[in-house]
Amino acid sequence: MRTGMKNVCSHFIGRILSIASRELKMYTCRPLFLFCLIVAPLLCLWMLTFLMHDGLPTRLPIAVVDEDNTTVSRSLLRTLEAMEEVDIVCRYASFTEARKTMQRGNIYGIFYIPRNMTQKAVTHQQPTISFYTNECYFVAGSLVMRDMRITAELIGLALTRQALTAQGLDERQSMGIVQPVVINAHPMKNPFLDYSVYLNNMLIPGILLLLVMLSASYTLGLEWKEGTQEELFRMAGGHPAVAIVGKLLPQTFIFTLMFACCHVCFFRILQFPCHSGMLPMLFIGIATILAAQGLAVFLTGMFGQMRMAMSLCSLLGMFSFSLAGFSFPVTAMDSVLQYAAMVLPLRHYYLLYVNQALNGFSIAYAWPSLLALALLVLLPLLLLKRYRHLFLYQKYTP
Amino acid sequence: MRDSILRIFRLWWKEVVGILHDQGVLIFVVLVPLVYPLCYSWFYTNEVVRDVPFAVVDECNSQLSRSFVRQMDATPSAALKARCRNAEEAMELVKRREVYGIVYIPSSFEKVLWQGEQTSIQLYCEMSAMLYYRSLLIAASDVSLEMNRHIKVSRYLHPTTREEEKVQRMPVDYEYVSLYNPQSGFAAFLIPPVLMLILQQTLFLGIGMMMGGQRERYRTCATRRCWPYRPHEVVAGKALCYLLLYVLLAIYMFSGITSLFGLPELGEYTDFLVFVIPYLLACIFMGMVLSFLVYRREDSIMLFVFLSVPLLFLSGISWPGAKIPLLLKYVSWLFPSTFGLNGYQLLRGTGATLEEIRPHIIALWIQSGVYGSLACLLYRWKMKRKI
Repeated sequence: MRTGMKNVCSHFIGRILSIASRELKMYTCRPLFLFCLIVAPLLCLWMLTFLMHDGLPTRLPIAVVDEDNTTVSRSLLRTLEAMEEVDIVCRYASFTEARKTMQRGNIYGIFYIPRNMTQKAVTHQQPTISFYTNECYFVAGSLVMRDMRITAELIGLALTRQALTAQGLDERQSMGIVQPVVINAHPMKNPFLDYSVYLNNMLIPGILLLLVMLSASYTLGLEWKEGTQEELFRMAGGHPAVAIVGKLLPQTFIFTLMFACCHVCFFRILQFPCHSGMLPMLFIGIATILAAQGLAVFLTGMFGQMRMAMSLCSLLGMFSFSLAGFSFPVTAMDSVLQYAAMVLPLRHYYLLYVNQALNGFSIAYAWPSLLALALLVLLPLLLLKRYRHLFLYQKYTP
Repeated sequence: MRDSILRIFRLWWKEVVGILHDQGVLIFVVLVPLVYPLCYSWFYTNEVVRDVPFAVVDECNSQLSRSFVRQMDATPSAALKARCRNAEEAMELVKRREVYGIVYIPSSFEKVLWQGEQTSIQLYCEMSAMLYYRSLLIAASDVSLEMNRHIKVSRYLHPTTREEEKVQRMPVDYEYVSLYNPQSGFAAFLIPPVLMLILQQTLFLGIGMMMGGQRERYRTCATRRCWPYRPHEVVAGKALCYLLLYVLLAIYMFSGITSLFGLPELGEYTDFLVFVIPYLLACIFMGMVLSFLVYRREDSIMLFVFLSVPLLFLSGISWPGAKIPLLLKYVSWLFPSTFGLNGYQLLRGTGATLEEIRPHIIALWIQSGVYGSLACLLYRWKMKRKI
């Protein structure tokens, strides 16, 4: 009995391996596979990490309009210049000129000091300084806003402090008056607000998963397109599951390698926070690849033709970037979308990554995502019968 | 000359018929541009993140600390979810993703304040999404600034009139104007560029797929019936077909979708049309050049879909363009999207005139010229041989 089981197992494994080697042979004569499985992921990895190698973008160009032009306003601008995020690239005499430069896209913010600002401040007339950001460029706009706001806040504080020092209070006492409550922000686990950590950790797996889904659907569909599906089915001994596993195994393997490459690049070379160790992340990567393949196989089986399945895979793959919730939180979206996001492997990868690598919490807190990935992997089981039918009777229609 | 124009129109018609008979291409050049923008706008229609849940560990539990928490809860961007006795309890909520931040008020908070010294409140944020952090930080700093002003004036400066109190609160007032996107929303910043990118990507996909189909069916880049045509006529005929279709789609996107979802629409409409034509031409010609890489219909999906993400980042919309490394900047100049996305954002987003975006328009015309000639050369070269 036991040897019987063993025989059956080795029989299946033998079939899977022979299908897999047939698959690998096919890859070697098509440069497209080389490109999509290896070149494209590595190219994106290099491009996006190189693009964001600064981490947090600093010294973004802004313009100042100083109509006051006194020692106070100049010292205010020096303070602004010393800020990390902004770089004063031009000074204008009028606001219109500065606005035109902004409309050319050369600067992200304008700091405006009105005429007689100093005079009004000294004579208690409460002048108003203004600053403007170009929110069409949201990230840059909000970064320069922060520093301009701090500077604007500081001028008032500096004036009050000057008055208090004149009354004979020392530094500590006067700070207790001008700024009694301070907020100390602690961004946990990503203290430098590194945008590279927060974007690349999701963008590159997202691109990988898109390619995983497309390649799975493409290779499966190719069998019908080339009319070799019956040959494949014979090789699998009439078991659709064997045929599919054999076909996708080489891809699973290659994409696992790609995920490992990304993780080594992120967590070792670029030193992104990884509080869980690399091994759990690799397992999460593999689980996500399998889930993405499961979803792709399901869609291909459902439509029975590659064109529709690939269109839908690319649609889901692209939506993943929005619905994973790393740029704009899913909790702020429509409730229907919060449920829709659950079928996307990237969403679960994101939740697991946050739980493991970013925060280093126990995996027990992320069990729903693990469960969801497992369900996605098993999804094609629903369609085994349909696949049998497809293998036997379906013909490719252009 | 007249014959040439006639032939171009004949090719144009042939391409139209070809597209109409090809479901796969129809999906990408008609359905996706029509439906995708609707979905995208739906995702981001809430624009901003409101009421980010946070927990508070209030060890001081004084009137002042409670007032801080209450005021923070009252801001639009944060919402108090739980009061915890200690940090572990609050951390547990963070782990369960029920709250995204912890406000910790030390027991000495009020005492130190009454001693007239500086005291601090700790804000711990979970960093899974930048927008949670941003919302909580803005809420906490706004409340603390307001509280500071109140403490400063009521305890130390003793103003005699209301006017004096106002001035003492803020010796110099400031105002912040977020230009062109008053609520600093996500949709207004992201959707218009994404729509522009969709135009380019679907053109690449559609043109590539037509070419793939052509090669599968006839084993050559141009149908046998194309033989009497000259390469530039083939390029012009095809381009005309896509240009007309996509001008309509562009008008649908940038009038229909933008006004439906209240996205920015500044600037002159005619300026927009003047700008969008070179953009579409550059995309079409580049799509034709790239289509020579496509040997099967589905190859075009494999080749072009994933490009969207790197292209969006290379364009300098999400990542500030001033901070893109020079090498990548040169790479980004190869694609019409870089100029198209920025040009559109400046033109319709900030209300610039054609004068201000002249460099973008010139770049797009140069691209159209270069890719157009390249496409002619490739057709000329390929029409003579199979596949």
